[in-house]
Amino acid sequence: MTVDASRGAEAPPELVQLLTPEGERVEHPDYDIDLTPEEVRSLYRDLVLVRRIDLGAVALQRQGELGIWASLLGQEAAQIGSGRALTDSDMAFPTYREHGVAWCRDVDPVKLLGLFRGVNHGGWDPVEHNFHLYTIVIGSQTLHAVGYAMGIQRDGGEGAAIVYFGDGASSQGDVNESFVWASVFNAPVVFFCQNNQWAISEPIEKQSRIPLYRRASGFGFPGLRVDGNDVFACLAVTRKALADARSGQGPTLIEAFTYRMGAHTTTDDPTRYRVASELEAWKLKDPIERVKAYLFKQEMADQEFFDAIDAEAEQLGADVRRRCLEMPDPQPLDIFDHVYREPHALIDEERAQFAAYLEGFEA
Amino acid sequence: MTVLSLSKALNEGMRKAMEDDPKVLIMGEDVGKLGGVFRVTDGLQKDFGDDRVIDTPLAESGIIGTAIGLALRGFRPVCEIQFDGFVFPAADQIITQLAKMPMRSLGAIKLPIVVRIPCGGGIGAVEHHSESPESYFTHTAGLRVVACSNPLDAYSMIQQAISSDDPVIFFEPKRRYWEKAEVDTGTTDWWTPFDQASVVRQGTDLTLVAYGPMVKTCLEVAAAAAEEGRSLEVIDLRSLNPLDTPRLMDSVRRTGRVVIVHEAPVYSGFGAELAARITEQCFYHLEAPVLRVGGFSTPYPPSKLEEHYLPDLDRVLDAVDRAYAY
Repeated sequence: MTVDASRGAEAPPELVQLLTPEGERVEHPDYDIDLTPEEVRSLYRDLVLVRRIDLGAVALQRQGELGIWASLLGQEAAQIGSGRALTDSDMAFPTYREHGVAWCRDVDPVKLLGLFRGVNHGGWDPVEHNFHLYTIVIGSQTLHAVGYAMGIQRDGGEGAAIVYFGDGASSQGDVNESFVWASVFNAPVVFFCQNNQWAISEPIEKQSRIPLYRRASGFGFPGLRVDGNDVFACLAVTRKALADARSGQGPTLIEAFTYRMGAHTTTDDPTRYRVASELEAWKLKDPIERVKAYLFKQEMADQEFFDAIDAEAEQLGADVRRRCLEMPDPQPLDIFDHVYREPHALIDEERAQFAAYLEGFEA
Repeated sequence: MTVLSLSKALNEGMRKAMEDDPKVLIMGEDVGKLGGVFRVTDGLQKDFGDDRVIDTPLAESGIIGTAIGLALRGFRPVCEIQFDGFVFPAADQIITQLAKMPMRSLGAIKLPIVVRIPCGGGIGAVEHHSESPESYFTHTAGLRVVACSNPLDAYSMIQQAISSDDPVIFFEPKRRYWEKAEVDTGTTDWWTPFDQASVVRQGTDLTLVAYGPMVKTCLEVAAAAAEEGRSLEVIDLRSLNPLDTPRLMDSVRRTGRVVIVHEAPVYSGFGAELAARITEQCFYHLEAPVLRVGGFSTPYPPSKLEEHYLPDLDRVLDAVDRAYAY
C-alpha cells in the first residue's frame, strides 16, 4: 500500500525572504525592513564573530578542552536576525545551540563554554541578560517561556518572551502543550523554531508530514516560514512577531528554514546518515556570504572593512580561547552549593562529612 | 479558634498566603469555579480573580512548566496536581527543571513553587487515584518534600511551603481531608517549622514512624497497644526531604524498637532510607531489627482489595508484636 503523503497538506510553503543567496534584495508584501548601511555592517559583524566563536569552540573540543560542543554553523542568520530583534525588556529562552542569540544578549562567550567544559551547568546570570540558561532536555523551555509571558501579562510588563527550539523538539509533548497554553492565554510569546532539517540523524520527515509553521493554525495562532539563512528576513519577521506579542495580539510561530552545516555535536558523525550533495547545496545559501555580497554590491563596505572584521574575529577567537583555558576548575565542595536556597540539613550534613573525608588526605 | 477540616485548613492557609503576598498564584485543573475536585481551592477564584487562580488546560507538564516561567518572572505559583497518579506527565518538568534549575543558575534564580499532590488510598477510587509517589521525589535532589497529616499542620505547613524560596512537593492525605480540628488562625506562635518532625504521642518502648495518612493509623495503633500495656511513641515526620534526623534518632535511642509505616510499597520505599539511617546511627540502641509496614510490591489494587493492601491497625500491630518478640 502506498501512503499519500500529500494528504492534509495545503499549498506549497511560502518562504519569507528579503535577501537572496546571491545578495539581491527582494520585496515581500507583508514584511520589509529598512536598514542603514551601518546596521547592515553591524549584522555582518555579528554573523562573522559568532561563527568565529563557534569554530574556536569546535577546536577547543577537538583539543580536549571542552567535553562537547553543539555547533551553530549555518544557523548564524536565524540567531542573529531574531536576536537583534529583541529589546532589553524581552526575555529569551534558548536551547543549547543559541550561541548567536547569547551574543546578542551580551553574554560573554566564555561563559557559554563553562557547561561544555564541565565547570558548571550554566555560568551566566539569566536575569542580568534576559537570556535564560541553556536547556538540554528538548523542548522543556517552551513552557517556561509561556509561563514567563503569562507573568508579563500579570505584572503589566512591556516585553515579550521568545523561545528557541528545533525541528526535533516540535514532536515533544511540552512544545505542543506550550502551543495550547500560549493560545488559550493569548500569551505574549514568539516561538522561534530553527528547522535545521536534522534532529541528530533523523530528517524532518521523521517529525512532521506538514511544514512545521502550519502546526500553529491548528492551535489558533499564526505561523510563518522564513528563510533562516537570511538575516534581514529573520530580523523583520521576529520584530513583527514580537511587536504583535507586546501589543496583546498573542503568539506567533516562526519556522526559520535553515540547515545544520556541522554535526549535531562534536560527538556526532553526520556522514553516517546524510549525503554530501545536500551539504553542498546548502553551502550556496550561506548566511554570511549573501550579506557580504550585498554590502559589496551596494558599496556599503570595502575590503578594508571586511579585513578589519576578520581581524577582530581572530582577536576575539584568541581571547575566548585564552580565557577558556584560564577558567578555574570548581572545587569539590562546590557540589553542594545552590542546591537549595534555604538551609537544608541533609546537604549540610553531607557537605560536612565530605569535607572531613577530604581533610583526611591533607594530614 | 476555628474548627477546620484538613481541606478547609489548606484553603484558609492559601487564602492567607494570597492576602499576604500578591505574587502568590494558584494553578491547576478545575481549581477555579469548581474549587478543585476536593474543594481545597473553594472560593479563591471568586475572591482573587482568574488571573491569580488559574484554571489550566489539562496538561500536568504544562502546569509545572508554566509555573516555572511564572516563578522566573517573580511569582510564587501553588500548583495543584489533581491526583497522585497524574503527577507523572509532570515528572519531567519537576525532575529535570524544577529541581535542578536553581543549581544550574549558580543561585541566580529561585523557584518558589509548591506542587500540591493529594495522595494515598482508602477512598474507593479507580486506578491512578490512590498512589503514594513520594519516593520518586525524595530521590530528586533540589526538591523539598513534605506531608501534612492533620488540619493544624495543613494550615501552617502550606503557608510555610509557599513562603519557602525552594520548590516544595506538598503531599496531602486525601482520605484525611475531612478530619477536623481546632485551628488558631490568629497567631503563628504554635507553628512548627515545616522541616521538623513532631512527636505526636510519647512512649517508651517502641517508635512508630509515619507521615501523611498513616499518622492517624499509628495513633490508633498506639492507643490499642496501650491497652495491652505497651508504650508506643508516634513520630510524624512531616518533612521527608530534608529529614529531621535528630528528632527521629532521639526517639529510637530511647525506645530501641522501630516500626515504619507508609502506604507506598515497602520495597525501595521511603522506609528503606529511614531503616538504613536508623541502623547506621542507632545500631547499639536497637533491641530489634527496624521493621517496615507498607504496600505490597504490586500496582495499587482495585478498590475492593485496597483494605488488604493498605497498612491498617492489625497489620501495624502485627509488626509491633514482631518487634517485641526479639
